[in-house]
Amino acid sequence: MDQLLAEYLPILVFLGLAIGLGLVLIFAALIVAVRNPDPEKVSAYECGFNAFDDARMKFDVRFYLVAILFIIFDLEIAFLFPWAVAFKDVGLLGFWSMIVFLGVLTIGFAYEWKKGALEWE
Amino acid sequence: MTFFDFTFYLFAIVTVGSGLLCVLARQPVHSVLWLICAFFSSAGLFVLLGAEFIAMLLVIVYVGAVAVLFLFVVMMLDVDFAQLKAEMAKFMPVALLIGVVLLMELGLVFGSWTVSPDAEGLRAAVTPALDEVHNTAALGQLIYTKYIYLFQAAGLILLVAMIGAIVLTLRHRKDVKRQVIRDQILRDPKDAMEIKDVKPGQGL
Repeated sequence: MDQLLAEYLPILVFLGLAIGLGLVLIFAALIVAVRNPDPEKVSAYECGFNAFDDARMKFDVRFYLVAILFIIFDLEIAFLFPWAVAFKDVGLLGFWSMIVFLGVLTIGFAYEWKKGALEWE
Repeated sequence: MTFFDFTFYLFAIVTVGSGLLCVLARQPVHSVLWLICAFFSSAGLFVLLGAEFIAMLLVIVYVGAVAVLFLFVVMMLDVDFAQLKAEMAKFMPVALLIGVVLLMELGLVFGSWTVSPDAEGLRAAVTPALDEVHNTAALGQLIYTKYIYLFQAAGLILLVAMIGAIVLTLRHRKDVKRQVIRDQILRDPKDAMEIKDVKPGQGL
């Protein structure tokens, strides 16, 4: 247990460094940089004309579909990791149970391919 | 206080704090970012418990995919947040009621819940010895053989989610020209183009 945590110590050090560096950069910009804001400088810049729309517009629902399909295959991959690690111990039953699992998801994959859900017009 | 305790309290405080900020943030996008921070620090807590695989899963699946999904949902909502804030007072009694009920349930868990003496033994019976195999291998030895039905059910749930998402959100536009790769490959150069020998000074 302690050995496991000792192996994770470098990651903790990296995390600390990353947070520290981020804070230093933000505060350096706050303290050192010269700032004289005026309304023209801080207004939204849109290639020479006045901004005519709010940035908060509705996104196409297709982005959402891509994200959902991504999550599903992400989870499929997550199930593959312990299987690969314990491959020598799970035996024939474990092997075929994973093949059936992958087969079920392949049915879904074929369905979405046929439906054209992976195409972007 | 050992270094272990220090890291535990660090991650715990960051988790609770960013959870609180996630609820309190004015902008929904900031809420999602605080949620990601909470996911990260709970991954740290899982590592401290020795559950490496769950920790990595939290980073890959929750930070990598679920947070992106939340961001898309936030971007897709066309809600006027000032108006929502104004309507908040109307829903406050119901929200408070739900909060109180949840709090009472939590109190019941701590107050009157007793763990069955067999529970620990039942769990320990199926778990491989944790000082011999590491976390991921122990999971692998259990999921695919001992819990095979649950594993297959998980596959079926994923299939239903996939088909459901496609059925609900896929709208095919008819007015766009699509690339048909089969037609492109089967096209013969003979009927696609023709070489004409044009003499100088003459038209076609």
